[in-house]
Amino acid sequence: MRTKSFLSLSSPRLDYRNFAGLPGEPELLPPAESLTLHLPGRFRPAKAGLNIGDRVRRGQRLAIYEDQKEGVICPATGTVSAVGPFIGNLGRPYTAVTIAVEPDGEADDESAGAAGSLDLETADRFFSSLPGAPDFSVFFDPETPIRTLLVSGVDADLLVTTNQYAARRWPKEIKKGLSALSEVLSLERSVLALPGDIVQNYASVGATETVGVSPEYPSGNPRLVALAAMGEPVPAGASMAEAGIAFMTAEAVAAIGRVVGTGRPPTEKIVTVVNKDGGKRLVSAVIGTPIRHILDAAGIVVEEGDRIILGGPMTGTAVYSVDHPVTPATDALMIQAGKDIVKTSDYPCINCGECNRACPVNIQVNMLVRFLEAGKYEEAEDLYELDACIDCGLCSFVCVSRIPIFQYIRLAKYELSRIRSIEEEEHE
Amino acid sequence: MSDSKKFIVSHAPFWHSGSSVSERHLNLIAAALPAVLFGLTQYGGPALAVIAFSVSTAMIWEMLLNAAMKRPQTVTDGHAALIGLLFAMLLPASAPWWLVLTGTFVSVVVGKMIFGGIGANPFHPALLGYGILFVSWGDYFDFNEALRNYDLGFEMLYPLWSAKFFGPDAVAHFSSWDLLAGQQIGGIGATFGIGLIAGGLYLIARGFVRWEIPASFLAGVFVTAFIFHAAAPDRYAGPLFHLFTGYTLLGAFFLAPEDSSSPVNFIPMLIYGAGAGMLTMLIRNIGVYVDGVAFAIILMNIANPLIDKIRPKAIGKVA
Repeated sequence: MRTKSFLSLSSPRLDYRNFAGLPGEPELLPPAESLTLHLPGRFRPAKAGLNIGDRVRRGQRLAIYEDQKEGVICPATGTVSAVGPFIGNLGRPYTAVTIAVEPDGEADDESAGAAGSLDLETADRFFSSLPGAPDFSVFFDPETPIRTLLVSGVDADLLVTTNQYAARRWPKEIKKGLSALSEVLSLERSVLALPGDIVQNYASVGATETVGVSPEYPSGNPRLVALAAMGEPVPAGASMAEAGIAFMTAEAVAAIGRVVGTGRPPTEKIVTVVNKDGGKRLVSAVIGTPIRHILDAAGIVVEEGDRIILGGPMTGTAVYSVDHPVTPATDALMIQAGKDIVKTSDYPCINCGECNRACPVNIQVNMLVRFLEAGKYEEAEDLYELDACIDCGLCSFVCVSRIPIFQYIRLAKYELSRIRSIEEEEHE
Repeated sequence: MSDSKKFIVSHAPFWHSGSSVSERHLNLIAAALPAVLFGLTQYGGPALAVIAFSVSTAMIWEMLLNAAMKRPQTVTDGHAALIGLLFAMLLPASAPWWLVLTGTFVSVVVGKMIFGGIGANPFHPALLGYGILFVSWGDYFDFNEALRNYDLGFEMLYPLWSAKFFGPDAVAHFSSWDLLAGQQIGGIGATFGIGLIAGGLYLIARGFVRWEIPASFLAGVFVTAFIFHAAAPDRYAGPLFHLFTGYTLLGAFFLAPEDSSSPVNFIPMLIYGAGAGMLTMLIRNIGVYVDGVAFAIILMNIANPLIDKIRPKAIGKVA
């Protein structure tokens, strides 16, 4: 996809509005025959509390290991048909549980009971797999108290309209979710971030503050939303939680509002589906639905050499199989035709400086990439501010030499975090 | 698995602006063509021979070096051709073949390849070639001598030379318009100011050249020349004369903004450009050389890594 204009006096500007458009109503997908859930944690067959043939019911909390903290709510009633290991991005281990779905299976009221008496522990145990994947774990660290809840009604990536849809269509649910959360949490502020052009006309969600976000990519990035809402940046190298901010998407808060209101956790995820020609639609798919099912329903044919992307064009993740499921965090599914793929190269940096001018946080990428290419990750952080990077991908987008800069940055951050955790273990 | 289709899996981002190294260099070459074509109409066959030989030998040197160093061939990216073209633009039309051959050797091999190829050269390769040859065989770069067999219908004396040794009165008859229109002798591709400005503006508008460097370079030349002229009008020519003579415009739009050897941050670009412009005028007015553009830019190339350290702190970084 080429988007650079012929004349480019200033650095390239990507505008969400050019790619987003007004979200229409999502199509409801017919249920798939089987669903796959990725439960966090390495696959340990001996300790698995869930085996092939076990019956599971919609709304039940699936805990495969006793020490599993993360809540995964079963999205459908059926029988477990497969349990196995799955390796996610950056080697993160999961246990994949496949469920053969029984149509019209009866529901379980375990999570409904949890919603009745909501507190932080149960929220974390049950509701972190709601559509939008709200992260409750950040509230448990006493050293980093959360003072602000930041709810994003904008989408971080281009083309994606999932959260905008949630913010526009579900103000009541968001309001309910926010009030439920503020009862459970001791918050000083809660802020709802919205696209700048609708913030004025937005149906009020009670006492919550709203903040308008600029339409220029990457202002929907969580750390830049935090900058817009707080007036000051999240310190480089610190997580948002360490800065006292909990970040949730509008879809997640609306889902919490639904649970509290109806007692039934929603299991449908709104996914923006982007076709090869750039055509978009919203679909509502049950969490765990294989991508293949969405493609079939949307009539999209994928060929060998195409690219299947979970997420948007700048920050998404390419997957290697149409059997990959929709996860609670899958905001978009994008298919790119093989002929539209621009390959990266091993060409050296020619020092044109496009990346420096594109970088939204003023990192000197042209120097940074030299250190990253040489594997000097610690120097990259000390001298060229690797830790300030917000993962927007613009440097790779504009790179004349087509260096995979963003990939180098992710790798460097991953390696540094690995080195640090080893050092901490040795220290203890 | 029932589905055996293989998909492309790679890291984000999945879009690219479409820019490429070869596109960049081909545009730079295209932007230089108006000035080159004007030089060809002025100096004819010998100029064509110099340009063709310079471009081809520059490319051949790069191919040979890549083969010798067992590195992938990079000659198709257009950088060697661009170096060859810019080097030829600096030369007088009468430059002998061995001078061109040696010059492209120094430019491509010494100026670029031994530093690690494209992106790693600390100096503008063509300027390094020019600088070393100028110091070694300066007589061949004396335009008055080199072009004495030409009569193009205007004064066949190098304006900067006349101004340096005979004062501003000797060049008073050159109007700015004449100079811009190429009514002066000089390097094959350096005399046609209108063509160079048009090419430069094209490059700036397309984003291939950062406007800060040409603008601050020209401002540096103008202001310094203005100060000299104001202090001693009978000894130093005016600022417009200096803007439109010698290598000033070629340097501003094609030599100073070379990617690898120039800064990329805003304030460093201004310092670099203004510094090169100022040094140009110091060399022209009180140095021993007639034109100072080449050496001024080479000197600022040396300072580039240091200057480019002046940069804003990343957002989120605390002091």
